[in-house]
Amino acid sequence: MEPTFYIAGAVAIVSTIVMLTRLNLVHALLHLIVSLLAVAVDFFVLGAPFAAALEAIVYAGAIMVLFLFVVMMLNIGRHAAEIERQWLTPGIWTGPVILACILIIEVVYLARGASPGLGTGATGPKEVGIALFGPYMIGVELASMLLLAGLVGTYHLGFRKTKQSEIQRDTDTHEGRADTGGDLVFAGTDRSARTT
Amino acid sequence: MLNAAGLAFVVAGSRWHQPDGQVMFVFILTMAAAEVAVGLALVLQIYHRFKSIDVDALSEMRG
Repeated sequence: MEPTFYIAGAVAIVSTIVMLTRLNLVHALLHLIVSLLAVAVDFFVLGAPFAAALEAIVYAGAIMVLFLFVVMMLNIGRHAAEIERQWLTPGIWTGPVILACILIIEVVYLARGASPGLGTGATGPKEVGIALFGPYMIGVELASMLLLAGLVGTYHLGFRKTKQSEIQRDTDTHEGRADTGGDLVFAGTDRSARTT
Repeated sequence: MLNAAGLAFVVAGSRWHQPDGQVMFVFILTMAAAEVAVGLALVLQIYHRFKSIDVDALSEMRG
């Protein structure tokens, strides 16, 4: 078939294997995002541009971003200081950048119309939309009910009624924040080394 | 793994040039998004309650 398909598939497999071996959680999530974008390129080569756009926008752009939000919000571990110092080195970006450059070269090559899978056999958004509004209408309704259930459940699980004393303590004192001691400037640094 | 199932569906759909594979992929995406939201809300609950997300710390059930 297309060599671009195999290259994007190799990028997806390699980045997934690399993701599985990472010790740092954020590194693993970044490699997973690269893997999802490689699969999106695969969809594009196969003649499914709508699925490619959805994969990039929803899966890599919303779901993985949600993961990253939670991981970075929880600021896991007492050793987050050292981990953050490692994050700031430019060396960690070489892996995802190289893999993403391969994908960019492929997309540019495909956009110049070199792939036969695009114009002739591609099922674009129009066909998918007709199918969704036609035979699969019940599935769409069920998906909307699922999303509503997920929304209500997530809101209920995420709702924390902070006591008034907690709010007072958070806003007025520095001891309110357990991890940083209220110090937003030095948040994330190694607090054992600071004397002031 | 959901992404892998979606890949299989899209490949099957494009094999016969039908949109049904991509329709199934849309449903898989929807389900994955709802699952991730609920799962991460549970992780946040665990963090606020146990102050760590180490699964071995969640050992309150006895017998």
